[in-house]
Parts: sequence; C-alpha cells; structure tokens
Amino acid sequence: MILQMKNIHLTKEKNRILRGVSINVPEGSFFVLMGPTGCGKTSLLRLAGLLAKPDSGEVHFHGIPVPSKGEALFQTRRRIATMFQTPVMFSGTVWSNVSWGLKIRGISKTEVVRRVEQILDFTGLENFAQRDASTLSGGERRRTALARALVLNPELLILDEPTTSLDPSFKRDLLSRLNEIHSRTGTTFLMATHDFTDALAVGTIGAVMRHGLVTQAGSIDELLFKPENSFMASFTGMRNIFPAEFAGSMARVGEVDVAHAGDRNGHGFLAIPPESIVLALSKKVTSERNRLTGIVKSVERSGINWDVEVEVSDISLTVAVTTGALNELSVTTGSSIYISFKASAVHLF
Amino acid sequence: MFHLIEAFSIALRMIVSGDAVVFSIALRTLLIASASTLAATLLFVPLGCLIHFNSFRGKRLARGFIQTMYSVPTVFVGMLVFLMVSRAGPLGGMGILFSPWAIILGEIILIFPIITGLTLSALQGTGKGLEDTAIALGARRRTMVLKVLTEARYTMLTSVLMGFGRAVSEVGVAIMVGGNIAGHTRTLTTAIALGVGKGETASSIALGLILLSLAMIVSIMVNLLQHGGNR
Repeated sequence: MILQMKNIHLTKEKNRILRGVSINVPEGSFFVLMGPTGCGKTSLLRLAGLLAKPDSGEVHFHGIPVPSKGEALFQTRRRIATMFQTPVMFSGTVWSNVSWGLKIRGISKTEVVRRVEQILDFTGLENFAQRDASTLSGGERRRTALARALVLNPELLILDEPTTSLDPSFKRDLLSRLNEIHSRTGTTFLMATHDFTDALAVGTIGAVMRHGLVTQAGSIDELLFKPENSFMASFTGMRNIFPAEFAGSMARVGEVDVAHAGDRNGHGFLAIPPESIVLALSKKVTSERNRLTGIVKSVERSGINWDVEVEVSDISLTVAVTTGALNELSVTTGSSIYISFKASAVHLF
Repeated sequence: MFHLIEAFSIALRMIVSGDAVVFSIALRTLLIASASTLAATLLFVPLGCLIHFNSFRGKRLARGFIQTMYSVPTVFVGMLVFLMVSRAGPLGGMGILFSPWAIILGEIILIFPIITGLTLSALQGTGKGLEDTAIALGARRRTMVLKVLTEARYTMLTSVLMGFGRAVSEVGVAIMVGGNIAGHTRTLTTAIALGVGKGETASSIALGLILLSLAMIVSIMVNLLQHGGNR
C-alpha cells in the first residue's frame, strides 16, 4: 500500500468532520473517494496530502508512519502532489506556474525546460506556455494545475473534485486525460468526487464516505453492483429502492409481494432497476416471476429515454422506456398498465 | 468671486515661478511624510506579516483593534505624542518637541493601523488556497511566505501609499507637536491653516494646489498598482 489512513478523527470548530476513517490506497491504483458534498472528502484529502494533521489516527506512506512534523514530514510531503478543487494560479504565465515546483527544488535550468516542455505536451498545453495564467478558463486552469503537479513526478497524485463545475465536454476531456496519464505513468491517483459516474470513468478501486465515515470500500464494480445499503444504492444511481421484509425468496414491500433470486429473512432493502421493468398494455404470459398491475402517474423525459412513474398499490415504481416503446404503448397519465420484471433483476441489500 | 479668481491666478504664478517659501514648505512636508512612511513601512509591514502568518491567541482581537484604529483622530495622536515628548513626558529627555522629529513620530503612530491593517488585508486577500498550493507543490514555509509576499506585492505597496497619503495630508499632529514654526516645522497643511486665518488667500491656495497634486499623484499610483495587481 502506498497510503494507509487508519482510524482518522478530525474536528473543526466543534464539528466532527471525520469519525474514524480508514482507507488503503494500493500502489499504482486509481483510487476514487466518493460521497456527497460535505461528507469529509476534502478534509481527508488534505490529511492524505500531509497538509494538515488529524486529531487522532495514523497516516502511513509506503508502510512507514508519517511523522507529524520536521524534515521527514517535509520530505514525505514532497513525494505527494495535490491538485485542489479550485486551483489557484500564481501570477505569471502557464510556464512559470508549471516550472515553480521544480525551481524551488533547485533543479537545473535545462532539466526544468525539458520536464516542463514534456509535461505541457503531455497535458495538451503546449500552445498555452506563454499565456497569462489569470486569463485561463476553468478547464485550462485545471489542466495547468494538473501539469504543475505532474511535472514533479509525484508517487501519489491527489485530485480534489477535478471535474466540478466543468462543462460536459471539458469534463470528458479531463477524465480521459487522467485515465491516459494514469496508465502511462503508473502514478497512484487518489481522486475525490461526488459524482459516481466519474469513478466509473477512471477508477479501479474506491471508497464511499458519508457523515465522516467510510460506508463501503472495494473495487468500483463491487461498489456499483453490490451496494451494501440503501445509501450506497442511491449514491450509485440505483432507483426504486424500498425497505422490505424478507421471507426466503419473497419480499414484502408495502402491500406488494416481490420475488427475488436470493434467500433472506428479516428486514432489509431492495432495488428494482427501472430499465429491468417491462411495460405492457395487456396481461401477457411471461417467464418473469413479478407481474403487477398499476396506474400511470406521470411520464417525464429523462435524456433520450422516458421515465414512466407507475403506482402499484401503495408503492411507486419508475420505469425507463424508449421513445419508440412509449409511442407503441400510447402510455398516458391515469391509464392502467401491466408491469413485469425478473426476480434476478432485484438487488438486495 | 473676483477676489478668488485673482487669488488663484497669483497662486498659479507662485507655483510656476517656483516661490522659495512655498516650495521649501512643500519639500519639508514631503520629507517628513516620506520619512514617517518609510519608518512605518519598515516597522509595520513585517508586523502585518507576523500577525498573518502566525496563529496565536487573540489574533482576531488584534485584527479588530487595528481596524478600529484606522479612523483615529489626528488631534488625539497629536495630543498623545505631545504628552510623550513634552519635558514631563516619558520621551521628554529626547528634546524633540516642536521639531520635525516629533511630527515624524506622530505620523508613524498615525499611519501604523493603516499600514499594518492593509498589509494584513493584502495577505489575506491572496487566500488560503495560495499558501496551500505552495506547500502542496513542495515549498518550505519560508518559500511559501516569500511566494505569498510576491503575489501580494501590489496590494501591499498600495497600503504603503495609503499611509503616505494619510501622513502628507494630516494637520493635527503637525500643528500640536510641530508648532508650525516657519522654516522649521511648517508643513503644507499647517501653513494652509495659518494662511487662511491670516487672510493670505493666494499663498494658501498655492499650497493647497500642491497638496492636492500630491494627494492625486498618490491616488493615481494606488489605482495603477491595483490595476497591475489585478492583471
């Protein structure tokens, strides 16, 4: 592990920001720290970047505890680079910004020129070298900040919400560059984001935080497909999440019985992916174990598809349908409709 | 009205012809204000830096006190310095009452809050993000401090100019501890006050125009610096 944070606690102005967080970042991984705004991601990243000290807990770098002060702390900090959520540009050109970290390390002028040119090329900033940094757009600032951090060849690169407030095209561009840089350099990345789709685009492993605690950690696939609680399911974009009483392969959701592929008893949560639900105008004989009747409550556009909200007894299900299917079914608000879904499509947690 | 126009034309002639008395007063004012600003800069810019870059109990209180002192009346400072440098005062032994040194001391005290407070604001204006960025890029503390000072240089210079502006245009200190002695402690402001009282309108206007020019030059320089800093 390049970075281990063990049982980290942090309080700021009487607010408990971190309540015993532990994360393990494997060397060479693209670790994504996720969670809603205000869950403590930025505070944890500041501690990971050795820019602040926790109230209690340990930070290990390459398995060695990081001291809280002195030359050893400074030398360890120099092996890590942090890119903040709102990058601050120094006055001067893009070149002077990117070269600053090298100059303060006393690196020779020819080496500075070589490395800065290489990194500007690498980050697509080769035509921006002489631009005044204060005139850069949000996306260009982030790329400059990225180049400024990368030029230092850090062993661990920390990125705090690098895609926040970028328009979609800039966001895609930045994420694909991060992916490329990660695979080409082998540098370990630790990135915070509140958007799970960012994690899907670049991450290999991650953790989701909530209220100053890690809710779930693991590979991105595990986080996506095996959410351990309703918060995780909701965070990863699942919809139709309900509390349920389980009895073997059946679950009671409100007054509705739902068949599932598991075997569980007691209280828990289940989710039915909207795209797994099929709509029909008449009762059809299908292999799906869940066949219900409902009333259409609303039809709303959702990107290129449509969300149809169907009330089934005392629960409300969202069904994702294509425009073609919607036209074919002539679904209108208030009409009666049949819905079906497979037991294996039901997620339990 | 005619009297005023005539006084203005005489004043302009005094300036253009380089009237010795008028220009010696202007030069003395410049020297006194420059000396007090230089001393205050050397003392209070570092003080502002010390307050900004260090954490200590009562920091917020210190900041509040300095800001409250921005508008301290000049006559209050004049009185304070008078009591300090008069024969019975703690600095009476220096024998500087009614000398330019007493005015310089008073003006240093007068512009202390402006220079310290605006230095603090200038450093604070660079934002915590700048300090964090420098540290995150591998700077030692002293390198970070130097970087912040470099980034705040225009705004910090503005604070010095604002201090100079206050020193050059104040009258309370100069009159109370300088004594308005001709050829010795008479400054532009005290000379104007005296001239108006004696009915010497033309020379007062001439001195007033010079004072106004100085104030405008300072103001223009502040604007230019702020523009430079915002580039």
